[in-house]
Amino acid sequence: MYPHSYTTLQPTDVRIKTEQLNIYYGKKQAIKDVSLDMLANRVTALIGPSGCGKSTYLRSLNRMNDLIENSRTEGKVLLDGVNIYDREVDVVELRKKVGMIFQKSNPFPKSIFENVAYGPRINGINDKKKLDEIVERSLKQAALWEEVKDDLAKSGLSISGGQQQRLCIARALAVDPGILLMDEPASALDPIATAKIEELIYELKNTYTIVIVTHNMQQAARVSDYTGFFYMGELIEFDETKKIFTMPAKKQTEDYITGRFG
Amino acid sequence: MTKKKLLGGLVVGTTGFFAFIIIATVVIVMTNIVAGGWSSLTKDFLLGSPEEGMTKGGIFPAIVGTFLLVLIMSIAGVPIGTITAIYLSEYASQKSILARMIRFAVNTLAGVPAIVFGLFGLGFFIQFVGTSVDGVLYNDGELHWGQPNILWASLTMALLTLPVVIVSVEEAIKTVPRELREASLALGATKWQTIRKVVIPNSITGILTGAILAVSRGAGEVAPILFTGAAYFLPHLPTGLSDQFMELGYHIYIMATQSPDVEATRGIQYATTLVLLILTFTLNFSAIFLRYKLRKRIIT
Repeated sequence: MYPHSYTTLQPTDVRIKTEQLNIYYGKKQAIKDVSLDMLANRVTALIGPSGCGKSTYLRSLNRMNDLIENSRTEGKVLLDGVNIYDREVDVVELRKKVGMIFQKSNPFPKSIFENVAYGPRINGINDKKKLDEIVERSLKQAALWEEVKDDLAKSGLSISGGQQQRLCIARALAVDPGILLMDEPASALDPIATAKIEELIYELKNTYTIVIVTHNMQQAARVSDYTGFFYMGELIEFDETKKIFTMPAKKQTEDYITGRFG
Repeated sequence: MTKKKLLGGLVVGTTGFFAFIIIATVVIVMTNIVAGGWSSLTKDFLLGSPEEGMTKGGIFPAIVGTFLLVLIMSIAGVPIGTITAIYLSEYASQKSILARMIRFAVNTLAGVPAIVFGLFGLGFFIQFVGTSVDGVLYNDGELHWGQPNILWASLTMALLTLPVVIVSVEEAIKTVPRELREASLALGATKWQTIRKVVIPNSITGILTGAILAVSRGAGEVAPILFTGAAYFLPHLPTGLSDQFMELGYHIYIMATQSPDVEATRGIQYATTLVLLILTFTLNFSAIFLRYKLRKRIIT
């Protein structure tokens, strides 16, 4: 059911690759010709000012943009070499492999247990013992188990904002996606909760390929291995995070990370 | 300055006066009905059958008939309305011709006078469907389904209340936050799984509100059942779907216009009206209550 084969991937393997990706909302072009390689078991951060297209780009990686009426995608998104926009690709299967964490934590109005068990259940797992196991493992992976293990029957909405976001991460991990897309996962959280999420990202990259969109440049510098800077729908610069934050090649990037605009 | 003040006072006075008229109307109508009907509202009245040309006795058959009518109507109408609403809000592209046609049809249905539904029920359900069924199944020259009965009346009523159900269910579905749908879809749930496990559970109170509003609308209508199933007087309760039935609203009309001694029925007319009002108000208030609970849950 859950292939763990990707844990054998080497960090140098390209997990996700986009080739000349163009995304349009109606007539407006949101992403212009973005080609980018994201490596397995690495954290790739996407930064840039509001409206630069980084979230749109992220949402194209699990085809969440499909939900937006009048959006159109051109070019290729290769996941392990397969173009996910090919006609034969099943979006539902794709999304099982590419999990997503949203900016606003969005637990279901169900118990903590049922939130995490949601994914396994829709995959047809109903065995209580198996579900118990998955829920415990996922909550542990999301560093939430110790805080909620006695309250699994409580509503997912009754816990704090930071805990809710970690619950959402646990929920995504429960289907063993292999890839995690995070859309500003800590932007609504206080510094302590943010630190916890960042620690978690650091832990998870041993087994997960992570792409994170963030407003917070310190955060990108702290958690990511690679950073891409987006501006007005274009990928201005992409390199190792260290390099981007110490000696960016482009002036626009430098202006942005030094806070001269954005 | 004083002129301005005078004008302001005049506006407040006028608007207040008209608002007062509304309240006064409700109060007068309610007091009148309660005062006129309260004394006749006895256990025997509620549980007995009409007697002596409806001048005496109770309204039990009409209460049962009304109850059965709205029950069958809900069983037929609520699922169709709910499914249509789900299609409109979840599957249909908002600009598609089909979706626009359905919306146009729903709006048109909502504006059709109730008596037209009654005539449609007579022409379609009884004379076309019923007669065809009789011809195919029985073929003995007698009327089984080709005459007014509680099934045709309920189906006619279901058509009348369909727009109410569709509109309120669609509103309820719209209140389910986009974030929840996205969370489900991002986990690899199919659209249908998302609808079943996230959208419907999170809008169930709204769906119920729609059902109750439809029921209360149905319970108060007389015109659609005039030709399709309501009986003037029945000595027994309906035992099957092909039986006719008595209904509260129709019973009031009959007592007020068709009784051999209208004066003698005055007291029980009031009481019957009171029962009908209590029934529809109860339904409306439970809908309001459900909606209030729904709002509260969305805020928290």
